[in-house]
Amino acid sequence: MAGIRDYGVYIPYNRLERSRIAQTWGGYPKKGEKAVANFDEDTVTMAVEAARACLSPGGNKTVDRFYFASTTAPYAEKQAASLAAAALDLSPAAFTMDVAGSLRAGTSAICAGLDALQANAASNALVTASDMRLGAPNGVKELDLGDGAAALVLARDDVIAKIDGYYSVNHEIFDQYRPADHPYVLSWEDRFVREKGFSQVMVKAVTTAMERFKLSWSDITLPVLTAPNPGYLKGVAKKLGWDPKLAAMDAVYPRAGNTGCAHSFLLLCHALDRAKPGDRILWANYGDGCDVMLLTVTDRILERQQVAVEAQLGSGALTTYPKYLRWRNLVETEPPMRPGQEPVSAPALYRDRRCGMALQGSKCRECGTVHYPVQRICMNCRAKDRFDYYAFAGRRGRVVTFSHDLLGVTPDPPTTVAAVDFEEGGRIMVDITDRNPNEIAINMEVEMTFRKFRRTNGIQVYWWKSRPVRQAQSHPVSQELSRPLRGTVAQIDDHGPGEGKE
Amino acid sequence: MKGIKDKVAIIGMGCTKFGENWDMSFDDLIIDAVYEAYEDAGIGPDDIDAVWMGSYWSNLPAPSQPLATTLKLDYKPVTRLENMCATASDALRNAVYGVASGACDIALAVGGEKLKDSGYSGLPTDDLAMGLVSTAPNTFRSRNFTAPSHFAMMATRYFERYGLSPEEGREMLAKIMVKNHRNGMLSPKAHFRMPISVELVLKAPMIAWPLGLFDCCGVSDGAAAAIVVRADMAKSFRPDPVRIKACQIAVGPSEGYLNPNHDWTMVKETWVAGQKAYEEAGIKDPRAEISMAEVHDCFSITEGVIYEDLVFSPRGGMREDIEAGTFELGGELPVNMDGGLKCFGHPIGATGLRMTYELYKQLQEKAGDRQVKNPEIGLSHNLGGTPGGCTISVNIIGH
Repeated sequence: MAGIRDYGVYIPYNRLERSRIAQTWGGYPKKGEKAVANFDEDTVTMAVEAARACLSPGGNKTVDRFYFASTTAPYAEKQAASLAAAALDLSPAAFTMDVAGSLRAGTSAICAGLDALQANAASNALVTASDMRLGAPNGVKELDLGDGAAALVLARDDVIAKIDGYYSVNHEIFDQYRPADHPYVLSWEDRFVREKGFSQVMVKAVTTAMERFKLSWSDITLPVLTAPNPGYLKGVAKKLGWDPKLAAMDAVYPRAGNTGCAHSFLLLCHALDRAKPGDRILWANYGDGCDVMLLTVTDRILERQQVAVEAQLGSGALTTYPKYLRWRNLVETEPPMRPGQEPVSAPALYRDRRCGMALQGSKCRECGTVHYPVQRICMNCRAKDRFDYYAFAGRRGRVVTFSHDLLGVTPDPPTTVAAVDFEEGGRIMVDITDRNPNEIAINMEVEMTFRKFRRTNGIQVYWWKSRPVRQAQSHPVSQELSRPLRGTVAQIDDHGPGEGKE
Repeated sequence: MKGIKDKVAIIGMGCTKFGENWDMSFDDLIIDAVYEAYEDAGIGPDDIDAVWMGSYWSNLPAPSQPLATTLKLDYKPVTRLENMCATASDALRNAVYGVASGACDIALAVGGEKLKDSGYSGLPTDDLAMGLVSTAPNTFRSRNFTAPSHFAMMATRYFERYGLSPEEGREMLAKIMVKNHRNGMLSPKAHFRMPISVELVLKAPMIAWPLGLFDCCGVSDGAAAAIVVRADMAKSFRPDPVRIKACQIAVGPSEGYLNPNHDWTMVKETWVAGQKAYEEAGIKDPRAEISMAEVHDCFSITEGVIYEDLVFSPRGGMREDIEAGTFELGGELPVNMDGGLKCFGHPIGATGLRMTYELYKQLQEKAGDRQVKNPEIGLSHNLGGTPGGCTISVNIIGH
């Protein structure tokens, strides 16, 4: 049977301490942090980030099927998969599909992908799972829910983990739900959710799956169970006869929160980060039923193992609760005395989709000069229409010059803008996002990231920004982005232009 | 002989008070500027053969007819043009070319802009945005790059290249704006007429790091006009006409945005337009031969880099000249004698002709407290766009 060939994860740079939220409302303080997507991110941009981390160079061109799984896709009518496919520069012949409506969306997409591979209808499938669910302010879910994404490539050959089989059940219950016209996740009483929902369904599904797979408990070296609340895991592990220390582990929740349909993917990736050849993984995901899969890790894991989840968890910075409220439009702010949003043109976006969505410039066939955006006439040798498209997305650059702008309107002031030169040629004028303004310097290395821009008349414009290369920090997340600019005569804070000081 | 030198002369000019002219419409501004020019030249609307009118945002989308209506021009040719912040300078250039070609004898160049109807400070985005978006090389590109941030990037890079700490660099730039305010206090038509100190500049709120509030020019309404005639006719109108020596425009291919060789410490367009203007005017040693200059101080760093691009100062030499007071009103080469964009604000379509107005009055020894001693040659410079890609005008006028 087919299996997982590649994996990649994305956890947003910004983190919010649960205690900060609790403090605001005078509630019971809860430990840990949640990952919060920046104002310029959504489930499409996060899925693109995860897929870019997952796909090998050039791998985008060979993707046969692409399943985009989320309960919080940006459009009710308009495919998120096609948006992400354009950013990833997938082949137009790739089958694309959105999977939604359940926290099982990601694992269900995996099952569908496996079926396609099994039926020889595809040779590989890219599956992304991304979510950014909202809990109402001053509620438990606001503390619990975090944002994140992960991607897996299914293939028949060259897999790091074979998927030996899957077993799936559905289960109708109003335990956790969100009406289509409601912004916040709702749920019934916690004890009911745990007993009649998660515990009952998970135990039964896993037990049945084990019988079908003809396995005994001791065969499983890495159980990966996903629960709406990690507190539920211990009881289930005990009922299944597993060591809770092994089976009730959710390394993502304490530092990123429950990331919705991406959560089971992130936990599997975390297991793959640690797996040894021969490990047997039981991967079970709950939501309106349960998907259970059995995986066997192959020798290939040694070639392609990452420290993906830890690296993402360990790279970030704390943001503030008011900023989070503004990013999610949960608080009304005074409209700035600035020009209104510029209009948008669907035909113009359509024409420029390669240049814009896929960040492709041009490379002159005559002299090799690289440009962004595409220049029909080479700026160096003036050759006309003698160019090949040239992908910038995967390349790194360095900051030539920059400014921290406090005049332009942004939910994350200041707007850090820069000229960026790329190692292999070309220059792009871009924003720098997910940054600490105090650390921006000339010559700093940056990488490109797919982001949201303005939204007008329901049309969300996406483009790219740069960000300082994300590296795991020795100490997890300790700095605040909103600290004043250091070592300059002026202070920049959340409130716009501030008083100067030496 | 190629070039415009001494073929055309200015016989009349007008300029409104620049500022937040809440009580004046675009039409009011235009009428006041043009009628001052008529009066100065001793002519009336019937004498005008053709009109070139510059505006960037105001009175769109059909400004030619409204202008003819406003001024009651009697079925004369009126052309509205736009060339970013060099709009008014290009209106003058077109009027000058019209006269030099022999197509007309007397031409009116007028530029105006009404910015303060927008409800905010800074430049508006505009009804043209749709057109700009559709024709931009990349429709996805964010336009949240504000003007201050673009010019701030030039300061960041300049400081780095010449080894200035941000503190040293900001103090150097502050002195430019302190000078311009000192001059602006002597300008009755300026918007801002108060002194500022280096300390005030440095302590002001940040707009786009490393540029603070006083590193940025104001935003205002205004209009200015010039009447140009064949040089051989000029003395029949007045004893002291001012001759056009050079009109140059250079538009760059946005190398700052595209080309890693562009290092953001100079504006190549300014250098090119300057060199061409010097050639056209027959100027060999600009620093020695030019008596005074009105340059585009939209931001402090802009004026500093202009010193170097126009070869007033050597590369990297702005600091030394700023410290030496070279460009002060009583200095070796006074720059922005009227207070510049800093004190007048920058109504886009009017600024270039406002600069010409100051040079014209200086050359006629009518600049009052701001009068430069025995001026022979004056230069005006506009930067339209941003340091990475812009339209530059350099006009030179003199006796």
